[in-house]
Order: sequence, then structure tokens, then C-alpha cells
Amino acid sequence: MAKKKKKELNLRQKKYQELVKKTEPKPSILKNVILAFVFGGTICIIGQFFTDFYAKVMNITPELARNPATVTMIFIGALLTGIGVFDNIAKYAGAGLAVPVTGFANSIVSSALEFKHEGLVHGVGSKMFMLAGSVITFGVVTAFFIGLYYALFIL
Amino acid sequence: MELQLYIKAFIVGGLICAGCQLVLDFTKLTPGHVLSGLTVIGGILGGLGIYDSLIEFAGAGASIPISSFGNALVKGAIMEAERHGAIGVLTGMFELTSTGITAAIVFGFLVSVIFKPKG
Amino acid sequence: MGKKVGKQTFSFDKPPVIINTATVAGPFEGQGPLKNYYDHIYNDNRAEQESFEKAEREMMSNACITVLNKAKITPREIDIFIAGDLLNQIITSGFTALGLEVPFFGVYAACSTSALSLIIASIILESGCAEIALTATSSHNLSAERQFRYPTEYGVHRKPYSQWTVTGAGAALVSTKGKGPKITCATIGKVEDLGCKDPMNMGAAMAPAAVSTMLQHFADTGRAPEYYDLIVTGDLGKVGYELALELASSQGGFDLSKNYYDCGLVIYDPEKQDVHAGASGCAASALVVYGYLFKKLLDGKYNKILLAATGALHSPTSNQQGDNIPTIAHAVSLEMV
Repeated sequence: MAKKKKKELNLRQKKYQELVKKTEPKPSILKNVILAFVFGGTICIIGQFFTDFYAKVMNITPELARNPATVTMIFIGALLTGIGVFDNIAKYAGAGLAVPVTGFANSIVSSALEFKHEGLVHGVGSKMFMLAGSVITFGVVTAFFIGLYYALFIL
Repeated sequence: MELQLYIKAFIVGGLICAGCQLVLDFTKLTPGHVLSGLTVIGGILGGLGIYDSLIEFAGAGASIPISSFGNALVKGAIMEAERHGAIGVLTGMFELTSTGITAAIVFGFLVSVIFKPKG
Repeated sequence: MGKKVGKQTFSFDKPPVIINTATVAGPFEGQGPLKNYYDHIYNDNRAEQESFEKAEREMMSNACITVLNKAKITPREIDIFIAGDLLNQIITSGFTALGLEVPFFGVYAACSTSALSLIIASIILESGCAEIALTATSSHNLSAERQFRYPTEYGVHRKPYSQWTVTGAGAALVSTKGKGPKITCATIGKVEDLGCKDPMNMGAAMAPAAVSTMLQHFADTGRAPEYYDLIVTGDLGKVGYELALELASSQGGFDLSKNYYDCGLVIYDPEKQDVHAGASGCAASALVVYGYLFKKLLDGKYNKILLAATGALHSPTSNQQGDNIPTIAHAVSLEMV
């Protein structure tokens, strides 16, 4: 049996960690949260604008228009990452830029871009999902079990 | 009323982002943890049928955050399961999300070919 | 011959001399308060190279060539080249050594390389096996960022205690004879672990190592902090600096606040350059000590300096597997005698 080795901190380490906690500057939470709220909300407004726009121009239901709107937002996130602006905005926006689909695009595009010098196959191709992979993995596993439960017990 | 929908999108989308920012600031969790968690939450709310009502209420305020990715995965799996039974869970998984994933992969590839990381 | 003093300190009989140094810095560092002390400032982070790794290599090579030119010494005259950097398998140092075509010692001590390479050079010179040694170290913000943290274009919030890896390189020529500051003694650090796990807060992880080495140095040599005109640590940043002050007084009863600062605090302008808790990386102590302090020693502004360069010995793998961050600090005493 492999023992679960969770190393306990000794007294000296515990004392130091308390000191670190006291010294460590705290993030200015109020400012961060307000910025995340404003940026996140604004991005959703832009998303809503594109949804309405595509619904009108392509004459489809809002529900269908969400697809091209999402693609547009991904395109914007990808482009901002490519020209090197995304990370500079994210410094302020934090989760406001990371949580919308623009952040998903950024995580994929920044990984792909970063590893271009390692080649198209071992760099771009395989490193692209370095960060977004966990979102897809956990999303799919969740959906699998919920779907299976639904198929077996509810239908 | 259109303006109302925009306000609702702003508030709901903003609240989701602000909530995640709170988690990031109060804990040592990384963005990877938080975004994966949000996707799982979106999936669960989708399974309970709550997330669609949220999208109906707030429009892009709920459909643009990554939680809607979890919701769309679940919805795709359930939709196909309704048509083809349990195997539908596998075939339908990416039915609704393929637009986003495909777009992200293609744009990611193109951007990496065209641009250089600037830092 | 040199001898061991106390538990961890080597004292040199014929103290080796740092006869010349050279530093090169990236564009962001070139806007900092010490910009006039660097030999070359690059206009862009890539240094006209294809990748950030190659840019770092160019910087280290440039620092080495510059110091050789300044001292009018050819690579042929170098008996040993001792270098280290942050990248996996210390590729920057390896490739620089390839270009210089000199006997090469690659060392890894993370950001404490500036001091460790001087120590190893001194021991070799003292042994009589060599007469002139070249030491070098480098770091690059973007090559370190992508190896230790995230892709450079990934949008994340930086925590207020995070530090900014310095882009730049430094090189020093150490000789058995000549004019310049002498390496009179050196204290080799022990690896410390006080339970820090957060890779964004390197200062807190490294402060105990810095203090442990400094206190051991004082105990071994019988010197008090006041013996030195200046004590500098490598790259603790603002958080680590405060912790080090606190630890030095609680563990050793020393008040360091009069003559102690951290290299990570002086490379950037905290008002104008948004780097949160300060600078880090191998180049932090290299730029300050090889660039600024070397000139101040020659000027006579300082006569005795203790450099305790700090390094974190973790890797992303050890961190993700839940290990604490082990840290180390090496100290060298630089004196104009």
C-alpha cells in the first residue's frame, strides 16, 4: 500500500508561513472585482450586440445567432492575442476578460503562438490545448455523466 | 425591450466574472482551476435545465462566459440521447460546441502562423 | 591555500580579483534607474533573434565578449568559463560556451548563480589550477515566463507580490592578480524550506535562505553586519526584503535596516514601472553587482560589500506535484583591500 504522503509543516515552517501571510500584500480586491465586473459585462454587451446583429442580418432566431456571435468574440480574442494587446488588457480586467469566451480563445491562441518556434507539429499543434485542455476535459466529463444519467434514468 | 436585455447581459455577465475574480483573489487557485470549475458548474446547471433559462433571461450575459460551454456540452449530449439513446451521449457531445472549438483551433493556428509572441 | 572558517565559509589566502565586468540589459531594464551602468541596452526583447531563448543566448554571449574586450583579453587566455542560467539544462550557458570555445563549467543555482560562479572561480584560482576565469549568468523575462509560468501572451492578473524576471546578462573576469575588488571569503548556502508553495511569491520562499546564509557568514567570520558598507541580497523583492529584515532580527538579533538592500528593489523604478514586488532572476543580482556596485567599489563609494545571492531550486514539475519551494543563498564578500 502506497502511503499517502502529505507532508505536515513543522513548527518552524508554520511560524514562518504565518509571518508570510502577514507580510504578503493583499490584492486590492474591491478594485479587481469592479474591473472584472465592468469588463466582463461590457464583453457580454458586445456579444449581445453581435447576436442581435446576426439575427437581423441573416434573418435567423437569436438562438441560432449566438453561434456566429461566439465565433466573432473568439475571433476578437484571437486577434487581440496575436497583436499582443490581450495580456495588457487582462492585467486590469482579470477574470473580466478570462471568463468570457474571449479568454478561452486567448488560452488557445497564446499557447499556439508561444510554441511556434518549436515547430508546427510539436509546437503549435500539440501545445495549443496546454491551458484550454482542462476546460474541455472537465466540461466533457461532466457532460458525459450528466448525459448518461439522463439517457439511462430519465428517458 | 432591447435596452433591457443589454442591461441584463451586462449585469449577469459582469456578476459571473466578478464572482470568479473573487475566487482568484481570495484563494491561491489558478485561472485554470477557476475556469474548469466554472465549466463544470455550467454543465451541472445545464443538466438541471437552469442554464437555458438564464440565457433566455440575460442573453449574451450567460452565453458568452465559459460556463455556457459546459451547458452546451450537456445540452448536445442530452439532445442526441433523446434521439439515439445512450450512444447519443457520445455522438452529440460536441454538437453545439463544435463552432466554438473549431473557430478557436483555426484562429489559433492562423494567428500562430502570422504573428510572433511579443511578450 | 584557502581554508575553511567555521561551518560553511571558505576564506581565501590570495584573494582572487574581479578585474572587469560587463552587463547587458533588455529594453525595460534600460528604462530603470541603473540604466547608465549597463554596457549595452537592447532595443527589443528579441535582440534581433528568432526566439526568446536565442535572444537570451545572444545577451550572455554579448556580455562575455564585452568584458573580454574591456579587459583586452582573448578567449584563448581564459582558463575556465563558469556560467549558469534559468532555462532547462542551462542551454544559454552551454551555447554561449560553444561560441567562446573555452573550457566550461555549467552550474545551476537558479538566481544565485552570480555568487556561486564567483565562488567556484575563486576556489579554482586559489587552488592554482587556473589563473583567469570568466563567469556569466543571464535571465530573460519571456523565456523564464514561458518555462516557469504561462505563455507570454496569456492574459492573467499578476498578484501584488509577484516579481518581474529581469532580461539581461552579466559577466565578470576573475583573476589571481590585477586591480579591483577582491573576493576575500565566501559562504556556501544550505538548502532551506520553510514551507512556501506559491511560485508567484518567490521573495517569501527565498528570504529564509538569504538570512540563514548571512547569519552563518557572520557567525563563521566573526564579523558584524556593520563590518560591511553594504549588504545586498539577490532578488528577494519587496516582500522578501521585509521578511529578511524581520528574520534577521528575530533569529540573529541583527538590525540590518541601515546598510542592507535587495538588488530586486533597485532595477526598476517602482513609481513608473509596474513590476509589483520588484525584480527577480539571475540577471537581477548580476546587473546590480556586476554593473552598478562594481563601479561603485572602484569609485571608492563602497569598500566592503557582502553579496548574498538567492535562488529558488524548484521546477514547475516539483511544484505541481505539491512539493514546497526549496531555496538557497550563496554569499561572497567583495572588498577593496
